[in-house]
Amino acid sequence: MMVDRIIFEDSQSGRSNSHQWPKQKADCDLPPSFLRTTPPSLPEVSELEVVRHYTLLSQKNYSVDTQFYPLGSCTMKYNPRACNTLAMLPGFLSRHPLEPIETGQGVLASLYELQEMLAQVSGMAAVSLSPMAGAQGEFAGVAMIKAYHQHNGDVERVEMLVPDAAHGTNPATATLCGFRVREIDTDKNGDLDLASLKAAVGPQTAGLMLTNPSTLGVFERQIEKVVAIVHAAGGLLYYDGANLNAITGRTRPGDMGFDAIHINVHKTFATPHGGGGPGAGPVGVSERLKPFLPTPIVACDRSRQNKKYHWLYVNDCPKSIGQLSAFMGNIGVLLRAYVYLRMLGGPGMRRVADYATLNANYLLARLSAAGFSVAFPNRMASHEFILTLKPEADNYNVTALDFAKRLLDYGFYAPTIYFPMLVPECMLIEPTETESKGELDRFVDAMVAIRNEAIHNPRMVKDAPHNIPLAGVGVGRLDETQAARKPDLIWNKE
Amino acid sequence: MPFIPHTTQDVEAMLATIGVSALDDLFCEIPANLRCDPPKLLPALNEMEITRLMAQRSAQDGGMLGFLGAGAYDHHIPAAVWEITTRGEYYSAYTPYQAEASQGTLQVIYEFQSMIAGLTAMEVSNASLYDGASGAAEAVLMAVRCSRKKTACIAIPATVNPRTIATIRTLISQQGIELLEIACTAQNGRIDPATLAQYNAKDILALLIPQPNYFGLLEDVDLLTDWAHAQGALVVGIVNPLALGILKPPGEWGSQGADIACGEGQPLGIPLSSGGPYFGFFACKKQWLRQLPGRIVGRTQDREGKRGFVLTMQAREQHIRRSKATSNICTNQGLMTVAATIYMAIMGPTGLANVAYACHDNSRKLLEQLTAIPGVERLHSGHYFHEFVVKLDRDVAKVLEELLAVGIVGGLALADNCMLVCVTETKTQADLDSYKAALADIMLRSDS
Repeated sequence: MMVDRIIFEDSQSGRSNSHQWPKQKADCDLPPSFLRTTPPSLPEVSELEVVRHYTLLSQKNYSVDTQFYPLGSCTMKYNPRACNTLAMLPGFLSRHPLEPIETGQGVLASLYELQEMLAQVSGMAAVSLSPMAGAQGEFAGVAMIKAYHQHNGDVERVEMLVPDAAHGTNPATATLCGFRVREIDTDKNGDLDLASLKAAVGPQTAGLMLTNPSTLGVFERQIEKVVAIVHAAGGLLYYDGANLNAITGRTRPGDMGFDAIHINVHKTFATPHGGGGPGAGPVGVSERLKPFLPTPIVACDRSRQNKKYHWLYVNDCPKSIGQLSAFMGNIGVLLRAYVYLRMLGGPGMRRVADYATLNANYLLARLSAAGFSVAFPNRMASHEFILTLKPEADNYNVTALDFAKRLLDYGFYAPTIYFPMLVPECMLIEPTETESKGELDRFVDAMVAIRNEAIHNPRMVKDAPHNIPLAGVGVGRLDETQAARKPDLIWNKE
Repeated sequence: MPFIPHTTQDVEAMLATIGVSALDDLFCEIPANLRCDPPKLLPALNEMEITRLMAQRSAQDGGMLGFLGAGAYDHHIPAAVWEITTRGEYYSAYTPYQAEASQGTLQVIYEFQSMIAGLTAMEVSNASLYDGASGAAEAVLMAVRCSRKKTACIAIPATVNPRTIATIRTLISQQGIELLEIACTAQNGRIDPATLAQYNAKDILALLIPQPNYFGLLEDVDLLTDWAHAQGALVVGIVNPLALGILKPPGEWGSQGADIACGEGQPLGIPLSSGGPYFGFFACKKQWLRQLPGRIVGRTQDREGKRGFVLTMQAREQHIRRSKATSNICTNQGLMTVAATIYMAIMGPTGLANVAYACHDNSRKLLEQLTAIPGVERLHSGHYFHEFVVKLDRDVAKVLEELLAVGIVGGLALADNCMLVCVTETKTQADLDSYKAALADIMLRSDS
């Protein structure tokens, strides 16, 4: 029964797990003015109750380990278990961040090699691992562009260009870095509109933030022209690495001419999404932005017989934009990415792009043949693609949201919906390279079956989900409007 | 192929369905001169080989008897915490966009928010931020959004962790916010309320108050909170969540309580891991709810009235508001909050208090033992939680090096031959005795 209860509802005053407690006397010499007068409101439950509660709760989740999770732009591929096991070895877990480098040569060697490998894969001159998530990597990249212009006395460059199809983080980051945001149009084939770009650039241009392949799931074919236009105007180019997994081993952002890039290791390098973090967002830069990289950075002293690794801090890098966290970033996550990269090697990195792209184009071809509308039918898809369910919405009054909810009943997590906003009733589908042909075929079957329901029994789709195949009692479609209107954010005894 | 299930037959059939003849053809839209060969990386290892390599590297690391704190703390973590947290259903799920198929993650976050609110005595909490330091930067940005004052001046005492201050500086550098440093003397080590009068208080829109502060000392939080509120400034408490097992929570500071409470969540069941991943917790008074950064989970119901949980108030966030969002943050530290929630549930209110008492008790014992050694003195006076500063009569860096040689990380070197020492519940009397004996020996052998 506990599965439908909140842990506080099982709390019994006086129940405890004293085997987890230290043995000292529970008392102190601190004056009462510093102390709390009532104990914190935390549940009092047995260890078994805790274990059972959170085990049962876990079973109310869809996850990559249990379901196909084709969430476009999020790259929900298999997270190899070895990466977790090896990143959680005791020597790595127990080391304090401020310990001398002598006690951390193992972790530092791994991080140094990761830095070098990420530079190779992305084609950038140097990499810092310190950003704690993709969005923070974006912040670091844009802050470096700002620092570069300021260093050159180029203070009039106050505008950051962002395609209208970009992730919401791009404009949010530009604002956080003190830039004005100017949107650039996308043309009907999904490429950046060059006329719109040319009209926008000028002495006020600090740079352009671009995802390539774009959020529309296609490669920016005129990338060389885009780079030339922005560079000619004195701006720099920022690469949003959200879709790097589509091109690893096939082409490199550095070779395209990008000046700064962030890498979402939870996408391209298979670290877990963890229900929404922690991620890590290493940044790579071209030669001219190198001095501005965020600290700390791992360095290697090769002058000795045995290599010795150490940290470079702000004092060692006076032009650095500074530190982004209290310590060295999300090292445990980076170790997982390191293990993954070591298991794949260079040829494996190309296979990631190849099979992700193969799966996406196969799924697209099958759904298209089954009568679904593809947003960019004349383009080769990258690692993901967009369907528009506008015909279904127009003809049967069944929306992308309804399709998404009904997919849950069929045992699939839903693709990303209503992003990018340019395409009406869209579904952004990313199968990833780790799914088999059989799984993709089953997804096509489900989509076709749902469309048949939409035609013959639309309520079945509109009221979904009905029966999500998960343990315990499931919920039906949840009321998000009520949640926002009358926020209930913490448990209160009723 | 590693992690790729395709057989040759699969590939052929799939290429035929697409209507191309080779994998290369899938990349035809990439301009020819931009195409590259696979990167030259270190040779690929199989799982047996990488396991051996990482085991060797892990064995090289750590293993010291450590007395470091300064923002990250060594605590006992019940085995159940990470056994459950690394279940695939938590580990390999994403941000719970499809609420009906993500009730596990969502309910955990709701319970997490409830526990953080309970611990801090605040009314609402978000689903966490990257770490304590970046969370403090978000608190500064939020205070600017909440305040009615026209200025953008934030008062930061010199007793805040310098790493937090450095991170705040980086993250708000482009916002035109002035950071006003509230000085403290080296001897005092705390914010001296008597000195506050010298600042132009009417311009200050928020005061940050660390508890315990960087030197382990307890600030007079009631007086400081009331002073800030009297100037019309907001109060941001930067607190150690474990210490809140016994210390007065920010929601009860002074007559009105702090407006925002944030801090480093690592002490709640997260391993030290050379610095991350940790998580920042973030709570506030209800009146500031619409300005909270990051993800928030709320309780709601389905069409039949059954209780369920969803991400809520997303209108504040980057994927809706784009350039006008409250923050560019996308994720929280999901998995870390699962661990912290399980940790808090296992420890309970009494367990958490017991850990906090033991930390304080152990540090009191060690301080007594160390200051009995000639040449070692406590720098400050006054109450502390589980960290303190001692001053040596000789080169502290050299002493720390000699301690390291006997397997002890003695603390963190500060200016003027001082060091910051931390003791948690994990240290036994024998550990404390070893530290004392080693330091006494070094002090005896080396010249001052």
